Amino acid sequence: MSVAEPGPIGNAIERVSGGQAPGLLRRSLAVGRTRAGLMITVLVVAVAVVGPFVAPASETGFVGAPYTPDAAGTVFGTDYLGRDVWSRFLYGGVSVLALSGLCTVIGVGVGLLVALLAGYSRTWVDELLMRTTDVLLAFPAIVLALLFLAVFEPQPATVVATVAAGHAPRVARVMRAAVLDVAGRDYVRAAESMGLRRWPIRLGDLLPNVTGPLMVETGLRLTYSVALVAGLGFLGLSGLEADQADWGLMINENRLGFTVQPWAVLLPVIAIGLLTVGTNLVADGIARAAAGTDREVGG
Amino acid sequence: MSEARSEQRGLRVRGLRVSTSAGVPVVDGVDLSVPGGTVLGLVGESGSGKTTVGTALLGGTRRGLEIVGGSVLLEGTDLVTLSETELRGWRGSRVTYVPQDPTTALDPAMRVGNQVREVLDCHDYGSGPHDRARRVSEAFEEVGLPTDDAFTRRYPHQLSGGQQQRVCIAVAFATWPALVVLDEPTTGLDVTTQALVLDTVRRLTRQHGCAALYISHDLAVVSAISDEVAVLYAGSVVEQAATDELVRRPRHPYTSRLVAAVPDLSGDRELKGIPGGAPSPSTRPSGCRFAPRCELVVPECTTELPELRLVADGHHARCIRSADVTPAHVRERRRIDEIDSAPLLSIHGLTARYGRTPVLHGLSLDVPRGTCVALLGESGSGKTTLARTIAGLHTDAEGELHFGGNRLPFGAHQRDRETRASIAYIFQNPYSSLNPRRTVGDSIGRPLRVLRGVRGAELERRVGDMLERVYLSAAYAQRYPDQLSGGERQRVAVARALISEPTLLVCDEITSALDVSVQANLVGLIEKFRQDLGLTLLFVTHDIALVRNVAQQVAVLQEGAIVEDASTEQLFHHPSHDYTKELLKTTPRLVS
Amino acid sequence: MSLGRLVGRRLLVGALILFIVSVLVFTASLFLPGDAARAVLGRTASPDRLAALRSQMHLDDPPLQRYLSWAGDLVTGDLGDSVVSQTPVVELIAQRSVNSLLLMALAALIATPVALLLGTWSALRRDQLADHLTSLATLVLASLPEFVVGIGLLFVFSTGLLRWFPAVVDQTQGVLVQPEVLVLPVATLVLAVSPYITRMMRATMLEVLDSDFVHQARLNGVPERQVLWRHALPNSIGPVAQVVALQLAWLAGGIVLVEFLFDYPGIGEGVVDAVTNRDIPTLQALVMLVAAFYVVVNLLADVVGVLTNPRLRTAGS
Repeated sequence: MSVAEPGPIGNAIERVSGGQAPGLLRRSLAVGRTRAGLMITVLVVAVAVVGPFVAPASETGFVGAPYTPDAAGTVFGTDYLGRDVWSRFLYGGVSVLALSGLCTVIGVGVGLLVALLAGYSRTWVDELLMRTTDVLLAFPAIVLALLFLAVFEPQPATVVATVAAGHAPRVARVMRAAVLDVAGRDYVRAAESMGLRRWPIRLGDLLPNVTGPLMVETGLRLTYSVALVAGLGFLGLSGLEADQADWGLMINENRLGFTVQPWAVLLPVIAIGLLTVGTNLVADGIARAAAGTDREVGG
Repeated sequence: MSEARSEQRGLRVRGLRVSTSAGVPVVDGVDLSVPGGTVLGLVGESGSGKTTVGTALLGGTRRGLEIVGGSVLLEGTDLVTLSETELRGWRGSRVTYVPQDPTTALDPAMRVGNQVREVLDCHDYGSGPHDRARRVSEAFEEVGLPTDDAFTRRYPHQLSGGQQQRVCIAVAFATWPALVVLDEPTTGLDVTTQALVLDTVRRLTRQHGCAALYISHDLAVVSAISDEVAVLYAGSVVEQAATDELVRRPRHPYTSRLVAAVPDLSGDRELKGIPGGAPSPSTRPSGCRFAPRCELVVPECTTELPELRLVADGHHARCIRSADVTPAHVRERRRIDEIDSAPLLSIHGLTARYGRTPVLHGLSLDVPRGTCVALLGESGSGKTTLARTIAGLHTDAEGELHFGGNRLPFGAHQRDRETRASIAYIFQNPYSSLNPRRTVGDSIGRPLRVLRGVRGAELERRVGDMLERVYLSAAYAQRYPDQLSGGERQRVAVARALISEPTLLVCDEITSALDVSVQANLVGLIEKFRQDLGLTLLFVTHDIALVRNVAQQVAVLQEGAIVEDASTEQLFHHPSHDYTKELLKTTPRLVS
Repeated sequence: MSLGRLVGRRLLVGALILFIVSVLVFTASLFLPGDAARAVLGRTASPDRLAALRSQMHLDDPPLQRYLSWAGDLVTGDLGDSVVSQTPVVELIAQRSVNSLLLMALAALIATPVALLLGTWSALRRDQLADHLTSLATLVLASLPEFVVGIGLLFVFSTGLLRWFPAVVDQTQGVLVQPEVLVLPVATLVLAVSPYITRMMRATMLEVLDSDFVHQARLNGVPERQVLWRHALPNSIGPVAQVVALQLAWLAGGIVLVEFLFDYPGIGEGVVDAVTNRDIPTLQALVMLVAAFYVVVNLLADVVGVLTNPRLRTAGS
């Protein structure tokens, strides 16, 4: 039970959970599922990025009769308009990736800013920001997104804004808790006693010490962004040009022919599934490494 | 209890060994004997394996550890050989355990009466439900708790810390066990409650005729309750003897140095630490584990682990030079009796609160230049709030602070640079006072950068200089806090506090997270700076024995007010306030 | 009594949140490019007809007055008329609400006990193969968007490999006369919410099993079964209840994609239709409904949290 004492073994644990951000990444990679997740993610991203350059047919050209699984000269047949499913699949990843990436960066960025502001104010600012996120949290993300999309024209910028707006309060919650925890540490008081102002302390003491939860949260939000962006496409509400190839949209367009030509739906579904699983495995691996134990985060 | 029965009820441990699943020995070579009706104190610093020994006596270990050898003989049975099912019958019935922290060891969702009752039910105590109900009342009565339904139907959180611990003790003694293991049961309690708990344990041990093992890091507490004391160092018992004999005539160098490091209420003396640190289980040296830190070391010490052998009547020691061990030479401390310099810090009518809760009530205090003033108080007395207010970290306050003759504003950033540089603060917990993402050098240099504008090579030079002065090498500047031990971290904190050349140093319970041998080193270091630099110290602590050994003047804080403010001499010889008298009476002394 | 006070205070906060949501929902509709009248009549409508409809819809009144009248109607249960079908929104929503509640209730009733058992079981087999497999499976399932799971189920059980269940709901009939259509949507929702509950239950259970009081109970010789039932479980229900409630609240959003996928006539599909058709009165009503559902479920979570925590339960006494 010397494990329970602040003795040498305790120090070893301390050493694992502290440390530098690069150290955390290295430790995360030691977790098997992080490596698996990273490989899956890289694979899907490679398909999406390289795909348009190797696609056998064009994005919009007609190559056969609609819904023909075994149309001549195609790998996976044709879609509801008679376009090449394989080529549209290869073209259709970039939009999902770009939009989800943007949603994640903006959502996490805004959430982090709010968390840094609120978690280290101990005044009405904290109260106000947190009560505001309470209200935003009273909507499921998808319903909030749909409300926005009904009001503003569905277009990629709106999709990014609504999905990011859904993330921000949730990120703010999690990161505020992390910031609050760090703000209670004595090294923050030591900085205060030197007379340092709030922003230098936020950037110099708080931010560097919440990078662990921040990386986990970013991974999680990326997973949810992919799901939401693709989900809105699946509802036909992603606001892309009608003939543009997009994994979410492909499912929507071709779902009525699912029985006769399943590939047009299955290919994008598999890609989206792999991408979400991959990013979430990475997030979970980082979380495990950050916790220094096999205790998991709820999400 | 007859003599024979007492002997039969005793505990004998031989060659107990516990290892991690990787095979690293955590406890190896523990021999103990505890006759029935007596208390054996087991003293060890952090990492010594004392808690592991405690649970191993119940045939258990934490996850990742296992008992790999030795025997634990109780009532003619070797507990180590029992199956898990058989052990379950023994645990809670013949062998019981009183945990360190009652606030987490009691089930928060179960009424306290039921927690005692559960143990009786599990072991089919007595002749039936009526018998058990009566025993529950008895058990509560034995530990001095009310026995009415209104009390036994309470949940743990509705009890005070002392009451919770007494519930744990009631559970432990409920089944008339043969052995009770108590693992630091008074750590979280104030001294008055601690005295009550110690009394209860001693009385019940006698009354039940059972053997008790009292585990603690605190030699003074252990010597107050134990008939005999065993000293644990790096996983093995290095010495066991009757309490008085062990303290007065230690026969192992570690014990001798440990006694010298413990602040004692009985005398004003210079504390002496032990150089270096205890080895971790994986880095224990071959031969005597203490050899690298021992002044008496000879080549033979490093080749073979000495046996625990009889060195005097009833006195065992694990040292080949035990005959040469002398009681540590303890110098009387140089006294500064007359304090008549003008106050550096003067507090007048200070009232502070957290939200609507007042914490300090119109408190006044003068801190004379060049002295060490101790601020003594229990947790909740407001001592940390006072310290923080002085450091400019708590601004919800009224009243006046004067520093060097000038009015001192409450907020740190309302104070000018010179003032901020002149008042330094060292925090209680060295594990949270250093930013884990900054190097040691960066942390130490920060006050110089922020407050004095020092940069570049000059900064580096002064940081290196400062590190040397706290007995760390300049190379430590490149390390991160997680590569340091607790004692090293606290020395880095001292370096950070002193680098801006302050005149007032506020020390907030700076040793409470440290082992006594490390505490003595740190206290010595601070005292050296006080003398060399003419520093003024405000030393916040809950430990009255430590106060006697560090301060020239003492202010006793109780519930946000100073109830007594006197020179150390005066306070210890002629205390005036009842609270001070109570503290002096109930605090355990090393030598009674 | 503290529980009453807590519920009272929570209800008040809930009402406040609903009020702010209603302001947001209403304000959002003010930003509509063009306006509701143009949305109904289309771009080619004549100015006269637009003006007539505007005054009929009170679009020319000041926003505050319009909000008060809208909110007043909302409170009295008059949700206005759908701008698409010109029928009262209440009629449109009523049957859909029943259908969605049925879907969510079934999913919750199946997912919660299964997930709690699985989480506990996994925790008790900590670090064994069964635990690792459960952990990996729930992680993968938790990552997958619900429509991906739904399409997978469709492919396996309906259109592709097996043809056991219908792919879509026959919207001309009630749901209850064709219960087989419920199987796949419910299964999808169950697969979507159980992983979180399972993982949370496992994590909480591990924490409790590692806690001092469980360790102490074992040192007191309490049998393992009793340690689990009398100490570990009662202390894990509180924190898990919150997660269960959050997941049930999540269902209110989860049904959107699932109902759309299976053509299930519920609230979720209604929301998508309303967005696609820019049917603002219907959308406003649906969003308010979802928010109200959220508030109520969270209130329930708080009550369960208090009831299972003696510290809070006895706070008033």
